[in-house]
Amino acid sequence: MDPTGATYWLPIVWAVLAAMAIFIYVVLDGFDLGLGILFLAEPDRTHRNLMVQTVAPVWDGNETWMIFGGAALYGVFPNAYATILPALYLPVLVMLFALIIRGVAFEFRSRMHTERNRDLWDTGFFVGSLIAAIMQGVILGTLVGGIRVENNAFVGGSLDWLAPFPLFCGVAVACGYTLLGATWLVWRTESDLQTTMRKWAGILSVLMLLMIGVVSLWTPALHATYMQHWTDWPRILFVAPVPVAVVALAITMFRALRGRTSRRIPFLCALGWFFLSFTGLGINIWPYIVPPGMTIWDASAPPTSQAFLLVGALVLLPLILTYTAYAYHVFRGPVSVHGETYH
Amino acid sequence: MAGLDSLFLARLQFAFTVGFHIVFPAFSIGLAAFLAVLEGLWLKTGRQVYLDLFRYWLHTFSIVFGMGVVSGLVMSYEFGTNWARFSQKVGPILGPLLGYEVMTAFFLEAGFLGIMLFGMNRVGPKLHFFATCVVSLGTLISMSWILASNSWMQTPQGYTMEAGTGRFIPHDWWAIIFNPSFPFRLVHMALAAFLSVALLVGGVGAWHLLRARRAGQQPTEAVRIMFSMAMWMAAIVAPVQILAGDTQGLNTLKYQPAKIAAMEGDWESESYAPELLFGIPDMQNEVTRYRIAIPYAGSLILTHSLSGKVPGMKDYPRDQRAPSYVVFFSFRIMVLLGMLMAALGFYSVWLRWRGRLWSDVLLQRAALIMAPAGFIALLCGWVTTEVGRQPFTVYGLLRTADSVSPVPGGAVAGTLVSFVIVYFIVFASGISILLRGFMKEPHVNEAAPDRHQPQRAAAMAAPISDMIPPSRPTREGE
Ligand code: HDD
Ligand code: HEM
Ligand code: HEM
Repeated sequence: MDPTGATYWLPIVWAVLAAMAIFIYVVLDGFDLGLGILFLAEPDRTHRNLMVQTVAPVWDGNETWMIFGGAALYGVFPNAYATILPALYLPVLVMLFALIIRGVAFEFRSRMHTERNRDLWDTGFFVGSLIAAIMQGVILGTLVGGIRVENNAFVGGSLDWLAPFPLFCGVAVACGYTLLGATWLVWRTESDLQTTMRKWAGILSVLMLLMIGVVSLWTPALHATYMQHWTDWPRILFVAPVPVAVVALAITMFRALRGRTSRRIPFLCALGWFFLSFTGLGINIWPYIVPPGMTIWDASAPPTSQAFLLVGALVLLPLILTYTAYAYHVFRGPVSVHGETYH
Repeated sequence: MAGLDSLFLARLQFAFTVGFHIVFPAFSIGLAAFLAVLEGLWLKTGRQVYLDLFRYWLHTFSIVFGMGVVSGLVMSYEFGTNWARFSQKVGPILGPLLGYEVMTAFFLEAGFLGIMLFGMNRVGPKLHFFATCVVSLGTLISMSWILASNSWMQTPQGYTMEAGTGRFIPHDWWAIIFNPSFPFRLVHMALAAFLSVALLVGGVGAWHLLRARRAGQQPTEAVRIMFSMAMWMAAIVAPVQILAGDTQGLNTLKYQPAKIAAMEGDWESESYAPELLFGIPDMQNEVTRYRIAIPYAGSLILTHSLSGKVPGMKDYPRDQRAPSYVVFFSFRIMVLLGMLMAALGFYSVWLRWRGRLWSDVLLQRAALIMAPAGFIALLCGWVTTEVGRQPFTVYGLLRTADSVSPVPGGAVAGTLVSFVIVYFIVFASGISILLRGFMKEPHVNEAAPDRHQPQRAAAMAAPISDMIPPSRPTREGE
């Protein structure tokens, strides 16, 4: 393929943009799904209200990144869109159902007249968040594990995702999201609730480190190419510092959690772990979008489509990030029980 | 391989989910505009009653918007799960349009929705009004993109077909977006959304008017204003909508004559064609039974001349005919409801002139009954449009049977049943929350938003306190 032509570099630009969008989604929706999962650990009603308050004004925007991911895939890599979704038909639909339930639970829980009904929607919020998180992990795991493709179409069975590696990824992602949620709450809440969340953040950090370890060892074993990716020169240059960085973040995280001084650092450390795992994943599957058979070029829409959307993306995405940041800024600061009445 | 039943189930699933979805965005489009008007009036006149009404309908908005988002999320993945082959071929054209919809509309709405719902005492009234306007603008932009997509599927142009793969390759984006049916559809749909919400608001107003009368009280000012605004909308927009529908029909005749033949239940192409008021189209035997017809009216309506030639279904091979027995009725229900809305509007104008707008029980009863009519007409309109395009997904070019995913029928059936159950639970709860909200009167004299005084403390005392979104975080020093 001509490395100077648009057919070559447009898919690369889009792969990078799409990875960015997915990462933003994972981080943003990650903490609010994690927050939902933490509902199980926090039966206190006042606390639950506070937790929801920290995300109520922004959750819709967080989920929009997922819609963007779907749309970009559809428009830019239609073959991947048309392969991944039928291959993962059941996990995707289960995830969508779960997101529906937890999305409306945000609105409904506060409008219930009886405690029983409110508890019902709180359970919905928890279950929806948990299942959505697990399914996202399963989807990721299946993709990394490989999808059977012939002639640009899926040829596997509808239960291919029901295998140890995807299921383990499901648990790992749910665990990671919960950590994000806990550290987010350390940042955004005060007193009792914050103390509880510090405790959870500690436990979940240990779990997360374990999961990162297992997945890192398991992935290269899945395909020979993945193994090469890690040991090939010069890629190893990028890869070698990763474990070091993970450990450095771990030290920072535990010190911050114990020190009780910084509210923000645990969240940033959790983000760091996600970032490293995510990059590791990218290095693993590059340049495939549907491993092991479909590269980003196989999956691509014609350059006219990619270029048309790229023009808009380059102008609009910075704008979107700006006003999203503004929305977060408007609702900054810790929420607390007393926050409602200015003192 | 996907069998026939997998195709049928996929169609059923798509129709079910999109049919649910469309109601909520249409509601959001109309309501966001109404909210922007109310808040604008409040800022301009400083009258408390507009703010009360704004807050009252804001509760509805947050629920409706939430349901629009979750049902829309499903749509954006359903093209891949159920219509993979469609996505592969048409993705290069419809995907970027959906991408632009996300970037220009969904993010915009989501970014400012939080401020609109929770931010009044954080950003102040002016900026808050700005946020409301941006959300409203976002719904309109979103509607424009999705209708461009849908209209392209009805009247495709601006593409070339790739040999071998059958992919549609875009070559003229302007032509793709501004395809021949888009402007008509956009106008008709926007009016439909405004009209649907107007009728709903009118119905809620009418309910409170009737209740006040029964209790022997004077209706509150908020209720009267809301009812009056809604009746103005019905009086002005309903007739315009009929005109818009008529021009859209002419456009459809030009570009999708097979659809018109199915909508009209006509089998033979003829001049001086009658208009059927009723009939039961029989696709097998190629006749429409039990006809009640008005002579010449068909030609007159569709071509605006008595001698105009109107297409018939026999002009097309059997495997290219849309199921007339569906669109014939869905179209007639829509038109009938449109006429009734206009009648309601005219009646309200007459009463207004006689000074009896708020006291006429017949008007109130009619408005109450018509409360859901807009949404019903809107759904019927979409059924006409989409089923009338059958058996194609891209009119004349891509068959529905060639669009479906290679997913086994069992999986589709399972998820279809799950959709029905989940949507029933979720949307039934949502609708019951909405109805409960409508039963409450807008509260008079709710405290004005104030940067230095938390809104919530005041709202707690108000009778509708349980409808106020409780999650209203307040700023404290970081
Ligand atoms: C409040 C809703 C509402 C009302 C009162 C009407 N419509 Fe409508 N109609 C719609 C809501 C709608 C819609 C849901 O918005 C549709 C579906 C797709 C579209 O473009 O608009 C539609 C489609 C639609 C189509 C199909 C166009 C196509 O598929 O190409 C025609 C011909 C008409 N309408 C004509 C009319 C006429 C003659 C009306 C006179 C009373 C009318 N509509 C009232
Ligand atoms: C929102 C209002 C809409 C409604 C109520 C609606 C309704 C329907 C219905 C009833 C069908 C099934 C037709 C049949 O086979 O009997 C259908 C099919 C379909 N529609 Fe729509 N539709 C809407 C909007 C859209 C939009 C905006 C798009 C695309 C951008 C779209 C794309 C499709 C596709 C791909 C199918 C599947 C193929 C088929 O069965 O026709 N629809 N829709
Ligand atoms: C079948 C194709 C459709 C898809 C894939 C789709 C997708 C979506 C998605 C993902 C959302 C949530 C956006 C958010 O997070 O804010 C949404 C909302 C919306 N949709 Fe659709 N939609 C479809 C049909 C339609 C149609 C036919 C219309 C209108 C004519 C429409 C108008 C809107 C509007 C105005 C919103 C924003 C308001 C709200 O969320 O309630 N959509 N849609």
